[in-house]
This record gives sequence, C-alpha cells and structure tokens, in this order.
Amino acid sequence: MRMKRLGYSDRIMLICIYTFLALLSLTCIYPFWNGLVVSFNEGLDTAKGGVTIWPRAFTLANYEVVFSDKNLLNAFFISISRTIVGTISAVFATALLAYGLTKPYLIGRKFYMLFFIFTMYFGGGLVPTFLLIKSLGLMNNFLVFIIPALISVWNMIIFRTFFKSLPAGLEESAQIDGCGNWGTFFKIVLPLSGPIIATLGLFTAVAHWNDWFMPTIYIFREDLMPVQTVLRRLLNANLVADQMAGFDGKTAELMAKKALTSKALINATIMVVTLPIVLVYPFVQKYFVKGVMVGSLKE
Amino acid sequence: MTQAMTKQPYSATPPDPGLVGKKSWLSRLFKQLDVQLMVWPALLLIFVFSYIPMYGVITAFMDYNVFTGARVFDNPWVGFKHFEAFFNAPDFDTLLRNTLIVSVLKFAIGFPAPIILALLLNEVRHMAFKRVVQTITYLPHFMSWVIVGGLVMSLLSTENGSINILLQKLRLIDEPVHFLSMHEYFWSILITTNVWKEIGFNSIVYLAAIAAIDPHLYEAADIDGASKFKQIYLITIPTIMPVIIIFMILAMGNFLNAGFEDILILAQDPGLRPVSDVIDTYVYRVGLQNQKYSYAVAVGLFKAVVSIALLTTANYLARRSGNSLW
Repeated sequence: MRMKRLGYSDRIMLICIYTFLALLSLTCIYPFWNGLVVSFNEGLDTAKGGVTIWPRAFTLANYEVVFSDKNLLNAFFISISRTIVGTISAVFATALLAYGLTKPYLIGRKFYMLFFIFTMYFGGGLVPTFLLIKSLGLMNNFLVFIIPALISVWNMIIFRTFFKSLPAGLEESAQIDGCGNWGTFFKIVLPLSGPIIATLGLFTAVAHWNDWFMPTIYIFREDLMPVQTVLRRLLNANLVADQMAGFDGKTAELMAKKALTSKALINATIMVVTLPIVLVYPFVQKYFVKGVMVGSLKE
Repeated sequence: MTQAMTKQPYSATPPDPGLVGKKSWLSRLFKQLDVQLMVWPALLLIFVFSYIPMYGVITAFMDYNVFTGARVFDNPWVGFKHFEAFFNAPDFDTLLRNTLIVSVLKFAIGFPAPIILALLLNEVRHMAFKRVVQTITYLPHFMSWVIVGGLVMSLLSTENGSINILLQKLRLIDEPVHFLSMHEYFWSILITTNVWKEIGFNSIVYLAAIAAIDPHLYEAADIDGASKFKQIYLITIPTIMPVIIIFMILAMGNFLNAGFEDILILAQDPGLRPVSDVIDTYVYRVGLQNQKYSYAVAVGLFKAVVSIALLTTANYLARRSGNSLW
C-alpha cells in the first residue's frame, strides 16, 4: 500500500539498502563457509591457494585427524561436561536466587539487591581474582569452571523481572494447596519460565562453551583443557610456523610441513566447535530477542 | 498501588494486622527462613568471588609476596611506589596511546554501526529477507574470539587466504601480504573484526526501540510528503535517542576496556606489541605471566579509577539532557 507512494529517490535508497544488507550478510557468512570448504579440502592442495567457495580436492581426512586425536577428543569431552554441568547449575542457582528476591516481605531485600548490583559496576580485577582462586585450591580443578560462574547478577535481574510478571494467583493457589515456597518454585514457577530459561540457558551455555581464557590461567593439566583453549594453542603454533615459512633451511621446511597438518586440523576443529552453536541457536533466536530486551531496557 | 495490592498474597504468614508489628525481627526471620535460604548461598558465593578480590586491591599499595603472603597484612606497605613505577615505565606512553586510540576507534565506529544497521533493517519490507539478514548477522556474536581469530587468520593467511587471493585478482598487490604481522594494519583488522562480530547482535535493542514508535507519526509524515531520509532523521532518530544515550553512557564506562580477548587472539605476534599492547593485556602479561602481582594490581586500579571517573562524567552530562543512568 505504501509501496505506491514511493518517490524516485526513495526507491533508489531502498535498492541501496537491500544491496548493502545482502553484502553485509555475505561478509558474515563467508568466513564460516570458507572455513568449511577448507576443512573438506586436502591440506597440501589448499596450500597451493585458490580454494574459496568450493573444495577442489575433497577429503574427509582432516576430520579423521580431529576425531582420532586423543588430546582433542578429551578436550571436547571437558568442554561438553563443563557446558552441561555449568549451565544447569548456574541457571538453577541464579533462578532460585531471583525467586527469593521477588518476595516483598524478605528481610534485607534492599540490602541484598544493592550487594549484588554493586558487583556489576565494580570488581577486583584479574590479579586479585587469580590469587583468590589459587588460595582456594581451585587451580587445576574442574570446579573452577563451575563454582565462580554459578551466580550471574545480570541474569538474576532478568529472571526476577520475569518472575514478577507471572500471575500472582497461580502461586497463591499453590500455597493454599500446601506448597511451601520451594515447592512453588519447582512446581509452578520453573515450569512456567520456559522461554526465559531457554534464553538465559543459551547465553550461559555459549559462555561456557566459548570460554578459552580462564583455563589458560587456572588450568595446567592437559587432561582438563577445554577445546577452545587447545584450539587457541594450535592457532598460536600455526602462526609461528607461518612466519618461519618465510625463512630458508631445514627447520623452516619441517615447520611448514607441520603447519600443513595443523592448518587442516585447525579448520576442521573450528567447524566442529562452531557446529553445536549453529545448530541450537536458530531455535532459541525468537526467545533471546525478548530476553535481551528485558535485560537492557529494564535496568 | 495496584502492584502492592497484588503482591499481598505473597506473604508466607497470613497477615494479622494486630500481630505484624509486635513480632520480633528474629521470629519473622525464622518464619521466612525458607526464602532466606534461597538467597544466602548466592550471598556467600558473591562475597567470596566478587568482594574478596575487591579487598585484594589493597595489595596495590604493598609489596605482595605469594610465599610470605598467606595473610595479606604480612606484606610491607609501600604507598604509591607501584603507581609511580607505572607512570615512569618506558611502556607507559605507548600503553596509554594504544588504549586511547583503540577505544576511540571502537567507539567512533562500533557504536553507531548497530544503530545504522537497525535503521536500515527497519526499512526492509520483505519480512523473510529481514529475518535472514538478522539471523546471519547475529551469528558471529555467539562465536568465541578463538573461533573468530581462527577465521580471520585463515582469511588473511598468505597461503590460500581469501583476502590475499581477492587483492591479487584485483591486481592491487603482487605478493601475498602478512597482514597479521604488520603494524599499519593491526588497528583496522581489530576494529573491523569487532564490528563484524557484534554489529548484528547490538542492533537488537535499537530495532526494538524503533518497533515501539507509533506508526501514525510516519503516516502523517508520508501525507506531508516527507522523504524516507527525512523521516529517519526527523522521527526515528529523535524517538530512539534516550536508548542511544543510555548505551552511550554504558559505553563510556567501558571506555578503557579497549580490548582484551580480541587483542590476545589477534595480536599473537609479539612484534605487534608497540601497536597492540593496551592496559588490560599489559596487566595480564606483567601480573600473571611475570608475576609482578602488586604492580599489576596497581595498574588495574589506575584503570578502574579512570573508568569510574569517565562513567560519572558521562552520566553527569547525560543528566543535563534528561537521560541518565542514576
């Protein structure tokens, strides 16, 4: 209907907008696509250059290397365990806290809120946190992934806003039926919070899955390294090899050969690490747009 | 008022007007112990993992030694020694310059980019196209910096890097360029990657703000013959201004967070340090890798103080325009 009224200059503008958005989408998708293509291409062939939008020498060998590397498999196992345990425990702990804080008769509620919100603006920083973790004996301990991340103040606020919007009558009737506050939380509030749990669960899971930095300072044991940290080390080694390739001599040749296998390995690993997020995320997208809104416009 | 009314049924004990005031604080606490128990574990966790490190900041004024330092106060007080050392360090000028330049660039380009994207997306009438663009542009936000860094390295690589291939095809360069080891390209690569990663996701808030605008405003403008561009300039932008200002204040508070993960990943070549080293990466290197704890804490504290000053100033300026955080 409004289409008819479009003037000449408006139509030109729309064409520009569509073109620009299409190009932007293309630049967002191309790096992933190229990585996928390279991961299915023979490493030696890729080194010759020119592999962009379709594999030239198709192979599954890179993935075979990834899935037969014991180190990487263990790293995947650590990442998956920490994501599952970390997400479930953090979402549960944060939701429970948020529910408790919705009670208007809670003694000390104002102080509690201030106590939590203060930490959103101030923190001790990297080094004091490191010294604390060290003195708590959490170094080289799987629990360092889980415990410090249990409570997210940001998510607590989003949960709390959501719980407050639930109809009071439901809780009331549960309490009349003899449900205590804990019973109400488990039987009424949690089952009604599907969308918000999905959204915050996705964000928490992605944060756990993507964390590569914490293990570099808190974990030295090889068997506790998550896959992102291992991948980062591979990238680093690869870069060194790349620079060495510029020099002559035996070392350079050796390094270059190593680089070929590691490059293939890196691209295949990137794809395997990316896949779970790409698979889950479109299903949660409609929820998280809402979740982001509640969080950012509320506070 | 209606809020207070609907919240009444929440009380654990049936409200008895005659008794509420008389009951002692302790017995009321005991009655609501089940709810308190939902809060106390979290209180303890936040105390340990957020407040104890804040207290640890006092080591900035000490010579902290891990071996004697089982108890913090066993360490000798040294006043502002570490701050002075930092201000006189040969790296100080470079660090401050890099931090400021990267921050300014990130703010100048990274802040308006999602707003512009939201404005453009709002003009799209084909909902399917709009959804596809949104889904695709949100995606990089969910990737770790390791993944993004890996993809960027792969694109810029001298062996089969798509950017080098493209530039060679266009005859702009003859030989593949080692983009990720050259000083002159680092800031551009860093900023572009950041914008690329976050532009879609950060546009969500602005899109929602635009969606809340009364469509009658546009209809009236249409009748008056205002062009699309004029409508954006005179209706959309002024209406979403409060949201823009709030996010601008928040961005000011994060101003000195020039970057950390992105720089650690993209500047793995130590040769890039003269352009890539910022306060946060310096704290990490000096504090945790060289174990000069007190010195690193002092540098971190300096940054925190400046950040708070910036946030407060930004908020003060915004309050004068009527949109402040507090």
